Amino acid sequence: MSAATIPAPIEDAHDDHDAHTTTTGISNEKMAMWLFLGTECLLFGGLISTYLLYKNKPGSNPDLAGSPVKPSDIFDIPFTSATSFVLLASSLTMVFAVTEAMRGNQQKMRLWLVATAGLGALFLGGQVYEFTAFVKEGMGFTSNVASSAFFTLTGFHGAHVTIGILMLLVTAGLSWRGRLPASKAESVEIVGLYWHFVDVVWILIFTVVYLMK
Amino acid sequence: MAIIEARSPLALESGVKPATNRMGVFARPTTSQGGWKSWLTTVDHKRIGIMYGAGSIFFLFVGGAEALLIRAQLARPDQKLLSAAVYNQVYTMHGVTMIFLVVMPLAAAFINYLLPLQIGARDVAFPRINAFSFWCWLAGALFFNSSWFFGGGADGGWFAYPPNTGVIFSPGYGLDFYVFGLTITGIASLVSAINLIVTVINMRAPGMSWFKLPIFTWMALVTQFLLAFALPVITVALFLLAFDRNFGSNFFDVAHGGDPLLWQHLFWIFGHPEVYIIILPSFGIVSEVIPVFSRKPLFGYPFMVFSGIAIGFMGWGVWAHHMFASGIGPMSVTAFSLATMFIAVPTGVKILNWVATLYGGKITYSVAMLFALGTVTMFLIGGLSGITHAAAPVDYQHTDTYHIVGHFHYVIFGGGLLGLFAGAYFWWPKAFGHFLSETLGKWHFGLMLAGLNLTFGAMHILGLQGMSRRYFTYSANQGFAFWNMVASIGAFTMGAGALVFAVNMWRSWRKHRANPVDVGPDPWDARSLEWMVPSPTPEYNFAEIPEVSELDEFWHRKYGHDDEHRAVRIAKTEDVVEKTGATGIHLPSPSYWPLVLACGFPLLCYGLMFHKERFSGPGTGEPIQFVPWAIGVGLLGVIIIAVSLFGWIMEPSTDPDDGHSHDDHGDSQSDHAGDLPAGEGELVSVGGGALVSGDGGDAGDSATSKNEDPA
Repeated sequence: MSAATIPAPIEDAHDDHDAHTTTTGISNEKMAMWLFLGTECLLFGGLISTYLLYKNKPGSNPDLAGSPVKPSDIFDIPFTSATSFVLLASSLTMVFAVTEAMRGNQQKMRLWLVATAGLGALFLGGQVYEFTAFVKEGMGFTSNVASSAFFTLTGFHGAHVTIGILMLLVTAGLSWRGRLPASKAESVEIVGLYWHFVDVVWILIFTVVYLMK
Repeated sequence: MAIIEARSPLALESGVKPATNRMGVFARPTTSQGGWKSWLTTVDHKRIGIMYGAGSIFFLFVGGAEALLIRAQLARPDQKLLSAAVYNQVYTMHGVTMIFLVVMPLAAAFINYLLPLQIGARDVAFPRINAFSFWCWLAGALFFNSSWFFGGGADGGWFAYPPNTGVIFSPGYGLDFYVFGLTITGIASLVSAINLIVTVINMRAPGMSWFKLPIFTWMALVTQFLLAFALPVITVALFLLAFDRNFGSNFFDVAHGGDPLLWQHLFWIFGHPEVYIIILPSFGIVSEVIPVFSRKPLFGYPFMVFSGIAIGFMGWGVWAHHMFASGIGPMSVTAFSLATMFIAVPTGVKILNWVATLYGGKITYSVAMLFALGTVTMFLIGGLSGITHAAAPVDYQHTDTYHIVGHFHYVIFGGGLLGLFAGAYFWWPKAFGHFLSETLGKWHFGLMLAGLNLTFGAMHILGLQGMSRRYFTYSANQGFAFWNMVASIGAFTMGAGALVFAVNMWRSWRKHRANPVDVGPDPWDARSLEWMVPSPTPEYNFAEIPEVSELDEFWHRKYGHDDEHRAVRIAKTEDVVEKTGATGIHLPSPSYWPLVLACGFPLLCYGLMFHKERFSGPGTGEPIQFVPWAIGVGLLGVIIIAVSLFGWIMEPSTDPDDGHSHDDHGDSQSDHAGDLPAGEGELVSVGGGALVSGDGGDAGDSATSKNEDPA
């Protein structure tokens, strides 16, 4: 083996060992998350368009099959405003978590991560309550095209929040087990990017679906 | 090879135990070479590329067989070879297979193999995600084709227009396989696109600025952007259709106020960029092959790049030209008609630049070059007939006739697949260390070209005669018999060509096994960085990451020019290329989890499809009847996905530098694993390969430590 081995050039500083040296200076992980969120915009774009297309269909024509009840007829705006506020507040706690991660204060970071997850869970609970109420009032997933589109859109968002909560808890758990060293503080920031995105999408959904007539 | 032997000892010598047993089943596999098992756990972009290639060539024969069934059925009037129902399934499966399981993954094969090499990187940004992309694609492909064993394939055409694809008109499970199969392969393509975009943006060799990027990599990058932003749109459409078919919603049911045009819009917002997803990698390959065999630099490189980007952007604004006949209104038709005519401009720029590259060149008619020239000419024919369809009044006449079928086969087969064949003959020696036979290759090319023109040329005429697509038979007095026979003869000619290709691969390999000849790193006297490394490419790609100062860096290391701007050799190829046998380069460790994770998705989808009796539950008026075995299978899928995500996150790194200065990268790569299940990879071991000599007890240790110093 030794005979065939070429001498070992020690690598120059630029492509040295440090994984975080990338062409742009942005880490691969963070860039991947940004790109992923870009693709998510199109996913939610498609779902929101579907809802806008169908929201006024029920009741528009007496011959139309299905329930004539539109989602917008039975929205409980004050309640959903409150849960929206809870979700927005979770973005603030997420910012605190990222700040503590950058400072290397893992204990406080875990606290804020769990708080963020808790607020997210509160929002989800609100969504479950809201869905149950709608079903009781006679608007189920299959009632009409508008209700299907409504539940698909908000359900997809709820799934995203659920995944976000899992990511927050896993991050907190890894940190608790000592597997999230300071050099990986960026992971928290990347989870934060996802979380903020989910919040921003909710602002859009709340405005377009609940508030716009 | 030496590298692998050197790696484990290196890990030990540097004072760190390889982290094998830290988590029981979550230990990483330790070797990455030797034996078929290593292919299951590999994260090497080259092996993944080869597997993509092998998989897509397998499906090329599956889809080809389906095409021959179609042509056998249509060869003569009033044939009864296939029933109407089976015919519907066969052409749908043919279309979906050829697009999603042949042309796209074959392009992915080249992109995976070549993109890191062309930018001077040791692997992609996220090697495990890369492996996951392949396995997920394969899982989706097998899932989709398993429909034949569950009562028949999809039968709504590859674009699956509802309400025809609703559960009323298509009560079988074929379309559910379509919906979920494309969702699975879509996940594969999406994570792969993100991975490859990050790789190109972030992992270029020092000095490789955007306009020194090889043209193939440029076109691959544009393709990945198109994939990343087109796939979510079709995902929405597929979900809506899945809800309609399986969960009682009515998104596309007019009686409930649903709108079938919504599907058409969503599908074609994906579907038209998809056309460029198919064609751009092939354009990139042709743009690499033509300069090498003309011995001239690519004419107008910046124009080639910008026209590729322009195609990528404009591809988003032309989708409704697939819908001129659907009644979208004169304003929309006019706008999309104009946009469609405009997109011919950047495409024309490309054709012009290829011709200008050939002009005055010293042309070698190798098989790769023949296929590249075939691509340019056949795509030109397809492109020109495409412009005629851009004019809406003409399109009204052509819509849903064989004229359209002929047109898009000239584009996808002539423009897409021929270019990929060019790439196969061109890069075969790089990937496998031996040439494909040029003699058999010329037969392959000749049969393909003749068959292509016979089949798809005849289809243009059939369309003008008024033959609609998707008719499963026709009667003798319609006057379609002659050209249908011509088309069928052409199809079997192409089938013969594909067989010659298979024979060529087999015999070239046998010949190489019996009598290995070293083809050297640079058999074609080529231009880009991948030709600097030995053939077949060593596992670590580059022993030393090259510094790039020119476009066509490798060429400029070999050739300068004299006062009259003629190329003169300034260095021997042997002196410029890399030597074999570098050792001790860290590479990403293999992993089981990409494969295991991918296995979960088809199971989950079987569960979703079969979870209840078809006509029970919401929307049918019948009480819901669950199917326990299907729910069990679906839950098993969920468990596999959950466990493998956990395994993925917890998987220890075997990077021997772990525990030195680096906090273990293997472990903490957690977190955004959720929606993008693939978490993060271990670029550490790739990007910063500590290149150390393997000869000597302490060499590994000391060199590793040296590497630590600047850190």
